[in-house]
Amino acid sequence: MRPNYPIKSPAPRTEQIILFRVSGQLFAVSSASVQEVRGVDSLSGAAKEISQPSLRKVKHVVRRGENSVYVVNAAMHFGLPPAPPALVFVLRQTRTALLIDGIEKMTSMSRLQALPLAFCHEERGWYRGLTTLDQSVVPVVKPDGFLTPEELFLLDASLSNEAEAEAEVSRIAEDNAQHGIDTSMAQ
Amino acid sequence: MTLIAESDLQSFVLLRLGDRRFAVAATQIAELVPPSRVFRFPHHTSDVEGVILRRGRIVPVCDVAEKLIGKGLKSRRFYLIAQRRYGAQTEWVALPVTGDCELINAEMTLPSDTDAPHVSGWLSHAGDVIEVLNLAALTPGPSDIAAVTTPLQPLEARP
Repeated sequence: MRPNYPIKSPAPRTEQIILFRVSGQLFAVSSASVQEVRGVDSLSGAAKEISQPSLRKVKHVVRRGENSVYVVNAAMHFGLPPAPPALVFVLRQTRTALLIDGIEKMTSMSRLQALPLAFCHEERGWYRGLTTLDQSVVPVVKPDGFLTPEELFLLDASLSNEAEAEAEVSRIAEDNAQHGIDTSMAQ
Repeated sequence: MTLIAESDLQSFVLLRLGDRRFAVAATQIAELVPPSRVFRFPHHTSDVEGVILRRGRIVPVCDVAEKLIGKGLKSRRFYLIAQRRYGAQTEWVALPVTGDCELINAEMTLPSDTDAPHVSGWLSHAGDVIEVLNLAALTPGPSDIAAVTTPLQPLEARP
C-alpha cells in the first residue's frame, strides 16, 4: 500500500517590487528595474539643466558614461499635483531617472493583471499592468514608459543644440581673445 | 393583436440611470453588485473613473450616464458587471446604476440608420420605449479593435 503523501502545489512565482509614492499616489516598480536609489540632493552637483518647452517633465540631465540620463518628474508625467521630490530612481536599461516623493516599502507580487482594455490612452504605455496588494489595486509602472522614443529624440536634439551653441560661444570667445592679442601686438 | 413567437423573445436586463431606463442583452451581464471601493490611479481615459476588485478580478468602472442622460451620477446603487467585447477578446466592465435592475423577455426592434452608434436596438416595455445598449460603442476601448455586437455567453452564473 502506497503512503498517501499530501500533494504540494508549486509555490507561485513572485516578483520583487518597490512601492513608491508620487503626490500621495501609490505606484509599484519591479526592483530589478531600479539600478540606483539616490537622494535628490546628490543629483544637484551632477545634473545639468535642460530646457525643452514641450517636455516640462524633464528639467535636468545627468551624464553617466557615454549616455545622457534624463531626470523625469513623475508627478508631472502622471499629471498629479506637484510635490517636492525627495528621491530619484535611476532606472535600469533606460535613459530615465525618476523623481519621486518616497519609498513606501519593498514587497513582492504574485500576480500582474494586464491593464483592462477600457484604458485606451497614454496610460497603456505607462503601466505594465495592475496588481493587488492588501486588497488594494496598485499600478505597476513600465520603466521605459516615462520617455517615448520621440521624446528621447527631442531631448537628444535639444542637448545637441545646446552643446553646439556652447561650442559656438566658446569659439567666438576664443576668436575675440585671439583678436585682442593680435591688436595689442599691432600696437 | 399580434402574437410574438417565443423564439423572437430575448432576455434583457433593464437598468436605471436617473429617470431613464436602458436595456442590455442578458447574455452580456455577469452580475449585479453593491458599490465597493473604487481604486483610482492616473490615466487619460475620461470615461473610466477607476477600477473595482470583484472575485479576484480588476474591473474598470465606466460611468456611461454622461453619454446617455447628459449628466454624471451623483449617487449609485449598484454596479452592473457586463461583458464588453474587444475584437475576439472579452472583458468585464462595471456600469454604475442608480436603481434596481429587472430581467425581462421582449422582442427587440433593430436600430435605424439615424440611431446613435450606442443603440443596438429598441424595446417596448410597460409603455416605455427603451434603448438597448451596444456596450462596445458606449464604453472606451482601443479604436483599432473593431466593435462586435454579437451577444456573448456569460462568464459565470448570476447569483
